[in-house]
Amino acid sequence: MKIALDIFTILAVMAGAFFFLAGTVGLLRFPDPLTRLHALTKADNLGLGLVVLGLLPQTEWPLDTIKLVAIWLFALLSGATVGQLIARAARRAGPTP
Amino acid sequence: MPDFLLTAAAFVLVLVTLGLIRILRGPGDADRMMAAQLLGSGGIAALLLLGVATAAKAVIDVALTLALLAAFASVAFVQGASRADGDDSKETRGE
Amino acid sequence: MTLALAVDIGLTLLILAMAGWTIAVRDTFASVIGFVTYGLLLTLVWVRLAAPDVALTEAAMGGGLTGALLIGAAARLRSTEAATRTERPGILTRTLAGILSAAVTAALAICVLNLPEPAPTLAPAAAANLAATGVGNPVTAVLLAYRAMDTLLEAIVVLLALLGVWSLAHDRAWGGYPQLRSTADPDGILVYFARVMAPIGIIVGIYVFWVGADLPGGKFQGATILAAMWLLAVGAGLADLPPVSRTWLRILLAVGPLVFIAIGLVGSVIAGAVFAYPDGYAKPLILAIEIALMPTLVLTLALLVAGAPQRMPPQ
Repeated sequence: MKIALDIFTILAVMAGAFFFLAGTVGLLRFPDPLTRLHALTKADNLGLGLVVLGLLPQTEWPLDTIKLVAIWLFALLSGATVGQLIARAARRAGPTP
Repeated sequence: MPDFLLTAAAFVLVLVTLGLIRILRGPGDADRMMAAQLLGSGGIAALLLLGVATAAKAVIDVALTLALLAAFASVAFVQGASRADGDDSKETRGE
Repeated sequence: MTLALAVDIGLTLLILAMAGWTIAVRDTFASVIGFVTYGLLLTLVWVRLAAPDVALTEAAMGGGLTGALLIGAAARLRSTEAATRTERPGILTRTLAGILSAAVTAALAICVLNLPEPAPTLAPAAAANLAATGVGNPVTAVLLAYRAMDTLLEAIVVLLALLGVWSLAHDRAWGGYPQLRSTADPDGILVYFARVMAPIGIIVGIYVFWVGADLPGGKFQGATILAAMWLLAVGAGLADLPPVSRTWLRILLAVGPLVFIAIGLVGSVIAGAVFAYPDGYAKPLILAIEIALMPTLVLTLALLVAGAPQRMPPQ
């Protein structure tokens, strides 16, 4: 049982790291603040979600597990909101030189 | 398992560093405001991986607080930036 | 070179680079963002140093609250930005400042590297007497039992800082509302975010405060989270900060330190020394101090970030 959980952790964390990589590549290569924002808020949040999923078997039940899921939900909510707010501010600031 | 998690944490930290270099260089405020959000997702992932790998105490509470306050900091950045372009003349006039 | 050491070295270099960038960049807004990033990264360092209480405080205050405070200041300074950017101190001043900074750093490094091994510490004595204080978290025991006097002075200093900020108010706005009314769109996403986040954040704040007796946490971190959630609601237009002339506000601000001082003096009468707790009463007294200090801290922190009164008080 422990082996299965460990394998699950390894796979999920690797998937999460892959999404972080994708997000960072997007951050580095996209030409525009808005597209960079998209890469940051979407890919990195998914990466965090997968990392949290992978770490769930390694923590104690129930309180730690609930807190981990809560962390991910906060990150999702704030990613969505902050993405919107920054995009609005970026649009108001006008195109960068 | 701890070694694997530590490697993952190091990997995420390298990615956060690269992201920070790009974000903080970006001309204009819109790019830089993303820094708190980058730390809010990447930083928390690195923290959780480090904490579980080294069996640190109470790391999940710290990550919870970090998530809340990073979100608050991002909102404060956006409001600060928009307040800066707005007219300051409104500030001293009574309502 | 173990893996953990490599991660630590990488983290340290990142933080040093962040600090250097914060000082070197010319734009105030950018340097505030750099400072907040530096603070949030420092949280990881504190966790690596096995200091979760400090990590909580760093994340809450250094990251969130100080960031909001400095951003407000940077926003207000925007109009003077161009003028200050053209001024630069002369080459002589800069060289002297560089030499002085290098000398202080060298002195600090020599002192730290010459500490006796193992370094002198009271930690074993503090841990040995933990049972008498009634709390399980040694940090809370140090803050509220062994060194309660320092915590009292801290609370009073923060209150005095608030009075200093209030004294900057314009004569017309004396005693008025600290902030402009928010211009957020009532159907917009910021309001939705505040509506969902603030209640959950309040629960987390109270949890962090309550769990501080036996696990990392405490009143300072909990109060910072609560203040941040209140400011979030204020920024979204869902709540308003009270005018600073309100009586209930001033009573709540004073009640924390006053209860603290009263308990200290009671200790001097009953148990023989100021801030000595009578046997068996340590835990309830500590709890009373913490509960009394919470509203004071929440109000003080929120009002510090909000700044000097700007709108006239209601007539």
